Amino acid sequence: MTAVTHEAGAPFGAAPPGAGGEAIVTRGLTKRFRGGQVAVDALDLAVPRGSVFGFLGPNGSGKTTTIRMLLGLVAPTAGEFSVLGTRPAEALPRVGALVEGPAFYPYLSGEANLRRFDAADPTASRGTAARRIAEALERVGLTAAAGKRYRNYSLGMRQRLAIAAALLGPRELLILDEPTNGLDPQGTREVRTLVKEIASDGTTVFVSSHLLAEVEQMCTHAAIMRAGRLVAHGTIASLNAGTAARVRVETPDAPGAAQVLRGLGLADVRVEEIDGADARARLVSAELGGHAPERLNAALVEQGVAVRGLAVARPSLEDVFVRLTGEGFDVDG
Amino acid sequence: MSTAEDTPPTGTATATAQTTPETTAPETTAPETTAPETTAPETTKPGMTASRGGGTAPGGGATVVAAGPRRAPGLVSVAETRSTAERRPVEPAPAAGRPPAAPQRRAGAFWRLLGSELALTFRRPRNLLMLAVLAVVPVVVGIGLRLVGAPDDDLSGMIAAVAGNSLMLTFAAFSFLVLLLMPVTVSVVAGDALAGEAGGGTLRYLLAAPAGRTRLLAVKYLNAAVYAYAATAVVALSALVTGLVLFPAGPVTLLSGTTITMAEGLLRIALAVGYVGAAMSALAAVALAMSAFTEVSIGAIAATVVLVVLCQVLRAVPALDAVAPYLLPTWFMKFDAVLRSPVDWAALGEGLRAFGAYVVLFGSIAWARFSGKDITS
Repeated sequence: MTAVTHEAGAPFGAAPPGAGGEAIVTRGLTKRFRGGQVAVDALDLAVPRGSVFGFLGPNGSGKTTTIRMLLGLVAPTAGEFSVLGTRPAEALPRVGALVEGPAFYPYLSGEANLRRFDAADPTASRGTAARRIAEALERVGLTAAAGKRYRNYSLGMRQRLAIAAALLGPRELLILDEPTNGLDPQGTREVRTLVKEIASDGTTVFVSSHLLAEVEQMCTHAAIMRAGRLVAHGTIASLNAGTAARVRVETPDAPGAAQVLRGLGLADVRVEEIDGADARARLVSAELGGHAPERLNAALVEQGVAVRGLAVARPSLEDVFVRLTGEGFDVDG
Repeated sequence: MSTAEDTPPTGTATATAQTTPETTAPETTAPETTAPETTAPETTKPGMTASRGGGTAPGGGATVVAAGPRRAPGLVSVAETRSTAERRPVEPAPAAGRPPAAPQRRAGAFWRLLGSELALTFRRPRNLLMLAVLAVVPVVVGIGLRLVGAPDDDLSGMIAAVAGNSLMLTFAAFSFLVLLLMPVTVSVVAGDALAGEAGGGTLRYLLAAPAGRTRLLAVKYLNAAVYAYAATAVVALSALVTGLVLFPAGPVTLLSGTTITMAEGLLRIALAVGYVGAAMSALAAVALAMSAFTEVSIGAIAATVVLVVLCQVLRAVPALDAVAPYLLPTWFMKFDAVLRSPVDWAALGEGLRAFGAYVVLFGSIAWARFSGKDITS
């Protein structure tokens, strides 16, 4: 539980720990539950300040246990970590958290629930509570339902209230565990917009999700967990860089197209069948490399190769994810 | 409900309006912009970063600052990379301007949390219902004694005492209720204190707020003690009012045969309330300790009630007299020391010391468990 001190030679070493550098640092963070199950295994994580950090992994891969450790709810078995450069107890007033879904008092209204959690924060001012609560409710679009009992909230409204609770004070770090769970597509969009908006204020957002497309849209960085271990960690771009983009050309003249593409220096040129399409049409694909697709098109046409379609298939984070964690979202032991 | 969900939040709308000038155009062109794809940084390959420590990681972050606007457009919209790039320079400002220390704890924060806890306890229908039941019992007992006592005056002991004076109903009510009903009531509130929050999931949010474990435990205990005193006071008040309505007022004849004035009788009722409240607060410590061990509040409540009943049974076995002084319920009935003349202060003091010992012992158990517990609910 001790705070990590940064080495002087580190890029952000000039700044005192927590003033710059990372919002979250873990070193060898391990959690072994009673019974011997290792939920998190020697996790080395660095979440840069100001980033929107996607924390990915199949169910049971240790994401939530990690988040619980960061929030001081679960004590690590080994390793060390710091949140905002300090211990969780000191950092938490500056951290908004959504952990494993919303949890509120069903017999209280949404507003009274927020007041309750605000009262639990020793650094929160009672005087500004009403204003901060109203602002947080407005930010998640719950103003109209503020006086309604939580019991009568829909799943989406409950999720929104949990996000509002995370926004009660000025936060430097938001830890959001599956923030779009139970939200309709519109709500999901709103959460995405909200996350971007919060991030644009300079707040670091650490968001765990199993919705890869969502992470791809929201995040600047990501880490992928599998069975308690970190299998990848970096910027979204760098994660995707491992899987190359491919250009796909649909043409009746597959050999000609393949020849032109090879002639231009494209690697891994393959001719593929198209299911159910015109028997004469073939798909030729190749690694795009540094080529501009429009140039390829022009080159093909110049060489007399008929082009019926040309597309660039970008590797999605999902491809990367599946490559690293295996097919399917099976629960890890 | 539907209105709230259908109406986009005003805050979001404003933000969209602010970002519109830059978002609209680049987003539509994003799929066509392909050239910069290859310039994505090669330095931070997946896999490589898994083994590196925190020291080198900012290098990856620094690379992003430069590479941000050039990120593959198919992956992250140009609009976003722009906003990413734009927010970078802003970043050091709040970091530099922020006070180096964590936000200061505010004076009175503990009392604010206690106030929140009390409001929660005393607004919860279940807890109010239990107080109402406690208030009804002396009324029923009073009416029953009145009906029994009216026909003939050939009564003995407590019944005669109650029938003879309005204040005695309070002591009669305590001796009925202190055995089981009041312990159950207090156990429900104190046993639910941590287990109920854990079971409902609110405990994780309280601790993440951060309420602080020791602080939360102290608040939970004080809250249970206040409820214990409230329950005691409700019984006393209800019995007092019922007694004054149904039975003759006037000087009180004590167990020792002496008669005291009504004013002094009231004073002794207050004394009894203080003692019984302390007894129930001691039980609350036991229930709170149980509560720290489970996420099912009914388990903590049942365990405490079973302990109380077990103690009553043990007390009833003459062969186990030696154990009796160590059992908490043994001391519950000792409030009758206020009915001696003069007041048996020694007995009261002994009882209070026993309660203190129980509070310290079970408070420590609760703290030892709760302060190191993994909150996985």
